[in-house]
Amino acid sequence: MAHAEHLFDLTLTEEQRITRESMRRFAEAEIRPISRPADEKAAAPDGFYDSTAALGLSLLAIPEALGGAGMGRAPIANALAAEDLAYGDMSLAIGALTPLGFINTVLDHGTEDQQERFLTPLADEKFVAATIALMEPRATFEASDLRTTARKENGRYILNGEKSMVALGNSARFILVIAQVDGENTPAAFVVAQGSEGLSFEKEDFMGLRPLSLQRVQLQNVVVNEQDRLGGDKPFNLQRLVDLSIIGLCATAVGCGQAVLDYVIPYVNDRVAFGEPISHRQSVAFMVANMAIELDAMRLMVYRAASRAEQGLDFHQQAYLCRVLCAERSMEIGTNGVQLLGGHGFTREHPVEMWYRNLRAVGILLGVAAV
Amino acid sequence: MINLELPQKLLTAQQMAHQLAKGAFRPIARKYDTIEHCPTPEELIPISQMMRAMGGMSGGGKKDGAKSEAAADSVKNGSNLMGIMATTEMAWGCCGLMLSLPGVGLGNAAIDAVGTPEQKEKFGKLYCAMAITEPGCGSDSAAVQTTAKLDGEEWVINGEKIFATAGDRGDAVVVWATLDKSLGKAAIKSFVVEKGTPGMEVVRCEDKMGLRVSDTAAIRFHECRIPKSNILGSPEIAADAEARKKAFGGVMQTFDNTRPMVAAMALGVARGALEITRELLEKEGVKADYSKSLYNSSALEAEIYRMEANLEGARLLTLKAAWMADNKQPNSKEASMCKAKAGRVGNDITLKCVEICGALGYSQQWLLEKLARDSKIIDIFEGTQQIQQLIVARHLLGKSSSELK
Repeated sequence: MAHAEHLFDLTLTEEQRITRESMRRFAEAEIRPISRPADEKAAAPDGFYDSTAALGLSLLAIPEALGGAGMGRAPIANALAAEDLAYGDMSLAIGALTPLGFINTVLDHGTEDQQERFLTPLADEKFVAATIALMEPRATFEASDLRTTARKENGRYILNGEKSMVALGNSARFILVIAQVDGENTPAAFVVAQGSEGLSFEKEDFMGLRPLSLQRVQLQNVVVNEQDRLGGDKPFNLQRLVDLSIIGLCATAVGCGQAVLDYVIPYVNDRVAFGEPISHRQSVAFMVANMAIELDAMRLMVYRAASRAEQGLDFHQQAYLCRVLCAERSMEIGTNGVQLLGGHGFTREHPVEMWYRNLRAVGILLGVAAV
Repeated sequence: MINLELPQKLLTAQQMAHQLAKGAFRPIARKYDTIEHCPTPEELIPISQMMRAMGGMSGGGKKDGAKSEAAADSVKNGSNLMGIMATTEMAWGCCGLMLSLPGVGLGNAAIDAVGTPEQKEKFGKLYCAMAITEPGCGSDSAAVQTTAKLDGEEWVINGEKIFATAGDRGDAVVVWATLDKSLGKAAIKSFVVEKGTPGMEVVRCEDKMGLRVSDTAAIRFHECRIPKSNILGSPEIAADAEARKKAFGGVMQTFDNTRPMVAAMALGVARGALEITRELLEKEGVKADYSKSLYNSSALEAEIYRMEANLEGARLLTLKAAWMADNKQPNSKEASMCKAKAGRVGNDITLKCVEICGALGYSQQWLLEKLARDSKIIDIFEGTQQIQQLIVARHLLGKSSSELK
């Protein structure tokens, strides 16, 4: 097997290293300062997403023939971008990466004709949104067990159902709706254009990820042409989409967790109680140590799953366990981040309470930021 | 290039070590847990001879052949990663038996790390234990009370050591002793004392909860005289505070290589417990196959997933620390991070597996209860969980040991 020839290695390629630097610069200079106001307004500032277009997130992946840079699929680079952008803000990072999740899914599953029709409009200097509608609003939600249905009628599909947590849904040019086809065993994916009859949106409010514009989507007898069923008659590999999305979301959790860690370290060193910095107390210092330990474990699990995906190896188990660890540990990092700042952490003067709210989504959200 | 899969060279070593652990350790693991106190198990003698002939499998920062020097700037997967693979598999078989293999004591690692060529030649073939802990000092290794005084051409050692793994079965012991208690850490030096030296006496071997086959000796030194040349490293005591700190730091650096190895023991023990648990659960029709999300899985399946996720996190941290050592990157923080995570995860997993499997888990009919007894010490020796957290925290917070105590 090809992978047996590679050595265990954590070194970035020169290209990845340079890209990381510019992503981090962007996250620190352009994203972090607007993070809090965006949370308060529950919206990304005007022009923010257009400013991310220069990062090439969408363009890089799209084939040259369709107007992109033709770099193709790059799960590791995408995961690194997710981590670095989320260091600035998790919501805005997921938003910026939402079209890429759509693009990657179309590249993975779409026919040549579909790639041309759905990717060409996204190969733009400006930010063009496209998204994926997978989740449904109920407890016990399971990606493989959907209630949104597709019924075939006269060479067309009629879609009905309700989707939840659809990132940038209302502004997306295309929405990839995952639905259960009557008479079939596994779900399929349909590209629905914005403005289709029977399609409606309503903004959902959540405890966190507030600027992301997560939408509730109603599908009432939405008609989709046969040629817009992704991949045609080939069975849609939903597991792959779910797993790539887990990697992307967990990568943003790593970025946000790093932000927490980097914020609490100077705080506990500066904050004095009982005559010395509180970081001189083991009860405080050990919480910081454990944050770093669990964060690095999370990061390495993200990298392993992404690297396996990039090498064409099976990565379902790695992505699954990655989600289990990241959901649990990133929330632990979030809650301890607030705890270390005490009452101050509970106020909106500091970002830790926002990170706490955002990190709660790691074990929940599915279908976004597919790498 | 980011790749967390292992190359064929390491996988082959892993398979060999696994065969050894499965064929030679597992079948006698229970027997020697019951026997507890005994000379080196006879079954281990041919294995250690074979391993010596092959040049050792324990790794521990030893020789990186001429091949790797040829490509100085390229990435290496060397003896540290190799050591992780071998240690994990052998500990999967039986951690106690692995630590009872003649010839690969912790003292050998110290001699390899700081010994002169002459000392390596003289002591390299001996089975060397390490004696640091004393009745009055454990984690605080700078507080040793055992003394060494130069008298003509000999050092005279006085004091009492405990918890020396292989201290009874070994051919020699590397002893930490102070040249001058008033000078603190910098005056602590290590000395090789060969078995049979007058004045050295193994007082007893501890009765333990787990890791029973491994001998844990208490050793008394009374006017014990050894040659002047048996000191490891320089006999000089650094002149100023900065140099003293550095000198002790040098001694402690041995741990940067050994801690990932101890983490690997936890990985092997925990994986062993998880595999047995999966086997017992599958007999009852429980199959954790990653087909449903965590909360739509049964409680048993979810518990398996959580354990596997934490074990995988610990494993990757351990590989990272060893990879950094192989590539000459400073890894003191990462060595402690992997030891902390693997130590606690290994203990949690083995205990949870006993509970999950109920009567079978608790029963001595299976190995689960033994693994749960064995795993506890891995979160203690070579630096407790709390010591690892202190080290990690000091690195992160930029604190000295006098500030963050």
